[in-house]
Amino acid sequence: MSPIIIAIIVLGASALVFAAIIFGVEKQFKVIEDPRIDEVAEALPGANCGGCGFAGCRAFAETIVKNESLEGMFCPVGGNDLTAEIAAVMGLEAEEKAPQVAVLRCNGSKKHTPEKFIYEGAQSCAFANNLSAGPGGCPNGCLGLGDCVESCEFNAMYMDEETGLPVIIEDNCVSCGACVKACPRNIIELRNKGKKSRRIFVSCVNTEKGAIAKKNCEVACIGCGKCVKACAYDAIVLENKVAYIDFEKCRLCRKCVTECPTGAIIELNFPPRKVKEEESSNETNV
Amino acid sequence: MLKTFKLGGVHPAENKLSEHKAIEAIEAPEKIYVPLGQNLGAPSVAIVQKGDKLKTGQLIAKGEAFISASLHSPVSGTVEKIDTHVDASGYRRDTIIINREGDEWEEGIDLSKDLIKEITASSEEIIEKVKACGIVGLGGATFPTHVKLMIPKDKKAEYLIINAVECEPYLTADHQLMLEKGDEILVGVQILMKAIKVDKAIIGIENNKPDAIEHMNKVASNFAGITIQGLKVKYPQGAEKQLIKACVNREVPSGKLPIEVGCVVQNVGTAFAVYEAVQKNKPLIERIVSVTGKNISKPSNFQARVGTPISLLLEKAGGMPEDTGKIINGGPMMGKAINSIDIPVTKGCSGILLMDKKEALRATEYNCVRCGRCTTVCPMGLEPFLLGLAGENLNWEIAEKENIMDCIECGSCQFTCPSGRPLLDNIRLGKYKVGQIIRNRKN
Repeated sequence: MSPIIIAIIVLGASALVFAAIIFGVEKQFKVIEDPRIDEVAEALPGANCGGCGFAGCRAFAETIVKNESLEGMFCPVGGNDLTAEIAAVMGLEAEEKAPQVAVLRCNGSKKHTPEKFIYEGAQSCAFANNLSAGPGGCPNGCLGLGDCVESCEFNAMYMDEETGLPVIIEDNCVSCGACVKACPRNIIELRNKGKKSRRIFVSCVNTEKGAIAKKNCEVACIGCGKCVKACAYDAIVLENKVAYIDFEKCRLCRKCVTECPTGAIIELNFPPRKVKEEESSNETNV
Repeated sequence: MLKTFKLGGVHPAENKLSEHKAIEAIEAPEKIYVPLGQNLGAPSVAIVQKGDKLKTGQLIAKGEAFISASLHSPVSGTVEKIDTHVDASGYRRDTIIINREGDEWEEGIDLSKDLIKEITASSEEIIEKVKACGIVGLGGATFPTHVKLMIPKDKKAEYLIINAVECEPYLTADHQLMLEKGDEILVGVQILMKAIKVDKAIIGIENNKPDAIEHMNKVASNFAGITIQGLKVKYPQGAEKQLIKACVNREVPSGKLPIEVGCVVQNVGTAFAVYEAVQKNKPLIERIVSVTGKNISKPSNFQARVGTPISLLLEKAGGMPEDTGKIINGGPMMGKAINSIDIPVTKGCSGILLMDKKEALRATEYNCVRCGRCTTVCPMGLEPFLLGLAGENLNWEIAEKENIMDCIECGSCQFTCPSGRPLLDNIRLGKYKVGQIIRNRKN
């Protein structure tokens, strides 16, 4: 017999034997996995950003299927559409969640908080925060070294060279919360996007006494409490010498914005205001 | 014979400009700022209130936690308020602000210059006294001294090692103190020996201070059991573990304290403070501070009360030069840059160093070329380039695995790096983070 034929027979026979073993093992040790895990994972964005609080998209899908519930499970990247999709796979009811966006609660730009010294150490907010209060002197303010920008996986942030503050590109932000975790000073917060992306927030987290805060930064919240009095919806609380606007309660009336003596409260994406007299006459009419 | 430690080390330019400048006592200013968190460990708890009248040396804050130290009023006067004031880091911390009125000392404090050689206190009494007087390690780490003196029951101390190395460039406070207060220091050393029940003490002095070695040798001949050990100049010989290695050739295991190898290390300034506390009943309210720098007109060694603003010290040293680029609290290797001269002198402030603009410049940062110089000079046998990278990439697992917590932050790696990389910055960040992770795991 020619060696070629011998080879074909030997290899063919061993292939058959191995195939039989593999078949047996596959039957014997089969891992039974819920097919829905694959389906859910398929629907997820697959960026493994960790915004949901799980170690990647697959872990998120597994947890949903295991618990048979969507409670507390929300993929910020996919948003409500994705939740509805997953709910359909799971045969569950989807709960609407207001879309959120990251917001920088500090306006301590180079202009507003003049530098008292030059920082030349390691270019990391986490490190600089550990070392000193920062060139601006504000112990709670943005250090401007861009740990948040580096943490963003969605190209939704960049550093504004002129102001020295990070800028959030609203359209790209998926509210995964990576920047919130990266900021050592808890300046960035996820807030509801609001109607037509309109938002009002206190752009300061400084907990120092008013006079000291004001000395360091022109636009600091000095904890005067004027906004709390002005708010008709109890949406503002003053805690630790700094005001905070609850976005669930805020009705976007903008009264606090005009009331704030330092300009620490910021309005975003609103149409320009009417002339003052008109506004006041409108109010009296109401 | 001169000794030294084996592993690593660097030789920065010494620049001891304030060498042999007699210690000059500075009169306390009208307003004194006493921060509550001056020691390593828990901050002290204030026991005075606004408006209280104080005498110099009166207890004003108690160290309540195990690792904490008491604070005493550095001046006599009235408490203006207890408020926040910037500390060396730029953050505001709780501070007792005192308006000075005269200088009336608390009763029972011996202010005479007479040397009291005889030690009457027992070991327990010494430790109690050291605690009551708020003594902390004056080398800069400010670890409460009484805690160090309490030897665990299952351990036995064999040697007391006195750290008179002063390996930091520029600083001369300890050197000058030895020249002027040699006798007092040696009595202090004997008190410490009695406290930890050892009969052998070694005072380690680098041989760039030959006059101090000679002077201490002369004085030590009157005291039993104290040897003066000359050491070859090498930074960081003043680090606890390196000093033990140099003096008695023992290696402290990773993560362990010096008592593991039967040693207790105290700074020479601490020995002097202990002498004053035990023999004279004087609490720790002043210390020696070197004010130095290449373009300061009068580099000096000052004896300043705790709470004196640094601006006053600079004024006495001839004012702050125009082209000051950086003010450093401590020495150039381990000190930290400060951002305001309003901060007060604290118990741990061994020197104020002014660098001009050129000297303060950082080296341009290039990529790591894996030359391995940092590894050669690391006195702890670590791999700083790896730890630095781990810090830069926030990779705490690798940092922990590579024993980042053993780093003594001496800065030799960054000093020697030809690529000018901020190695120590990143390692410090790593140590902070890994420390947090380890603490969380324990809880």
